[in-house]
Amino acid sequence: AFFWLVSLLLASLIWFVSVHLSDQEDAKLQYGLLIFGAAVSVLLQEAFRFAYFKLLKKADEGLATISEDGRSPISLRQMAYVSGLSFGIISGVFSVINILADSIGPGIVGIHGDSPYYFITSAFLTMALVLLHTFWGVIFFDACEKRRYWCLGMVVASHLLTSGLTFLNPRYEASLVPIFIITLCMGLWAFITAGGSFRNILECLSCKQENDSRVMMYSALQVPFED
Amino acid sequence: MITFMNNSDSEEEPCNERTSLMSAESPPVPSYQDGQQASEAGEAHAHRKRRTGSSRSPNNATDGDVSDSGVPVRESTLENEEEELTLKYGAKHVIMLFVPVTLCMIVVVATIKSVRFYTEKNGQLIYTPFSEDTPSVGQRLLNSVLNTIIMISVIVVMTVFLVLLYKYRCYKFIHGWLILSSLMLLFLFTYIYLGEVLKTYNVAMDYPTLFLVIWNFGAVGMICIHWKGPLQLQQAYLIMISALMALVFIKYLPEWSAWVILGAISIYDLMAVLCPKGPLRMLVETAQERNEPIFPALIYSSAMIWAVGMAKPETAARGPSQQMWDTAEDRGEDHRSPSHTNSQISERRSPVPTRPITSFEELEEEERGVKLGLGDFIFYSVLVGKAAATASGDWNTTLACFVAILIGLCLTLLLLAVFKKALPALPISITFGLVFYFSTDNLVRPFMDTLASHQLYI
Repeated sequence: AFFWLVSLLLASLIWFVSVHLSDQEDAKLQYGLLIFGAAVSVLLQEAFRFAYFKLLKKADEGLATISEDGRSPISLRQMAYVSGLSFGIISGVFSVINILADSIGPGIVGIHGDSPYYFITSAFLTMALVLLHTFWGVIFFDACEKRRYWCLGMVVASHLLTSGLTFLNPRYEASLVPIFIITLCMGLWAFITAGGSFRNILECLSCKQENDSRVMMYSALQVPFED
Repeated sequence: MITFMNNSDSEEEPCNERTSLMSAESPPVPSYQDGQQASEAGEAHAHRKRRTGSSRSPNNATDGDVSDSGVPVRESTLENEEEELTLKYGAKHVIMLFVPVTLCMIVVVATIKSVRFYTEKNGQLIYTPFSEDTPSVGQRLLNSVLNTIIMISVIVVMTVFLVLLYKYRCYKFIHGWLILSSLMLLFLFTYIYLGEVLKTYNVAMDYPTLFLVIWNFGAVGMICIHWKGPLQLQQAYLIMISALMALVFIKYLPEWSAWVILGAISIYDLMAVLCPKGPLRMLVETAQERNEPIFPALIYSSAMIWAVGMAKPETAARGPSQQMWDTAEDRGEDHRSPSHTNSQISERRSPVPTRPITSFEELEEEERGVKLGLGDFIFYSVLVGKAAATASGDWNTTLACFVAILIGLCLTLLLLAVFKKALPALPISITFGLVFYFSTDNLVRPFMDTLASHQLYI
């Protein structure tokens, strides 16, 4: 969460500086700068995700060296999940909490001609974003671990695409539906990356008791060894 | 309210409170310290901490040293176990500190957002005499700096006074002071708080019921804090007390002075704890020499120490400076610190026995917790509360400060593990908090607002 916040801070700084250096009256320019700011922010978020991956890798190695069996207590996959989830939570919270706070107060949605579905679509978009960040975290870490750079590129590209789709926003069918489709695809991809498969789901759903594969050997009573 | 505050200086106490983070172990014996750094903060395994200096470095080093005898090999495997347990418990203790700090902040932010009383300006404390209602920016800045200087010097004077009292063993005076201040907090401030909350929600309450509630709350609080009580109840009371004090600060400190004071107090904390002649460091060292806990009532401790008796056979083998902290006693003492208490994170490791301990009962762990001074709680909550009260970006700023403070706390605990001595808990967190507050309020807020108005997501 901290890393995401720092990336947001830097992106806001860049946007702020660019806005103040430019003509404040020109609405088109401001909109363009906003797009630019959003793109920069997406790229910075991914860069910080990578930095966080590096940090966790180092920590993982440290944990592994001091542990008894040479393995660290939490796996890189768990770390990927946690990292993605926390990016998602802080990103979602930052996007939606002010809207939530305003939704308590008195008011009418869309009285100036905006969409009356603002709140509900914000809620859905935030949910999609949180899930997406989680999935991206898993895929990203796995891609970095296995050095599959095209996966990294896909993650960054899909993030840019998602953010870009929100620019179509009052036309919700154009933005919300594709974003959910992207979420589903990313979810499947992350599931497969994390080692899931159709069989796993079946096993989980059928609630099979895990057979204890250890075999107990009962030998005849023996006198204990005298060494 | 102002006149009352003029009369008693006990309200000054919380601001002079200890801001320290300590682990409840005694300092390590140098015998097995190879200069290795501990990988964990503030845990205590009384007996496992034989190699309290156990570090993250690979065991190759230790193995290489002791390759010849069987006993050292066994010791090194024990050391690995210790390190791993250290890490596990260290992470657990970090979480154990996150929860109370978060709870305190939640109480403060919830109150600030709902009860109007704490955001209204109704005057100032006498410790900040200069008003900020001046027309020019320069004058306002000057006034806030002067306010800060006065406040910090009051804090320094009271800390030095407390250290002198402690040095000359005037325990009765200190205890009386602490009891008086906790009395005031538990009864008067709670009464005012309850009154304001009831007013906000327009709930009618009669005086007899109010009296009964406050009497019970206060009496149980006094007992829990100054004598004995269930650990969780004591922790809850400490959190409530810190929140109340933080609310008082948020209400009565003027805007700019509050921020400058926060910055100045973290610098003071740094100096008082780390400089050789710093009052807080002297306090800690004196307490260590005398094998006494330092005003445990003023510290939030996350776990109980038991089985102090088990340490006795080992204490005999060690020098006088290594004693275990008896946190059971700690909890019995005053918690309110009308005085400056240490702003330190001190890590006390249990003394290292001079021979390998193989018996199981001695290898049993003592669940010791990390200790954090109440002053730390108070100032963290002041920062977050001020962010909630005054930031125009509302929740984003508050959340950013919250995350920043928690990360600062994490880093401080990490440093505690590395340096293994008293460390100040304020500087890193407050610095992060201030940086995030100002940057989020001025940079991130317009960006996020503009994005939200177009319903754009990043």
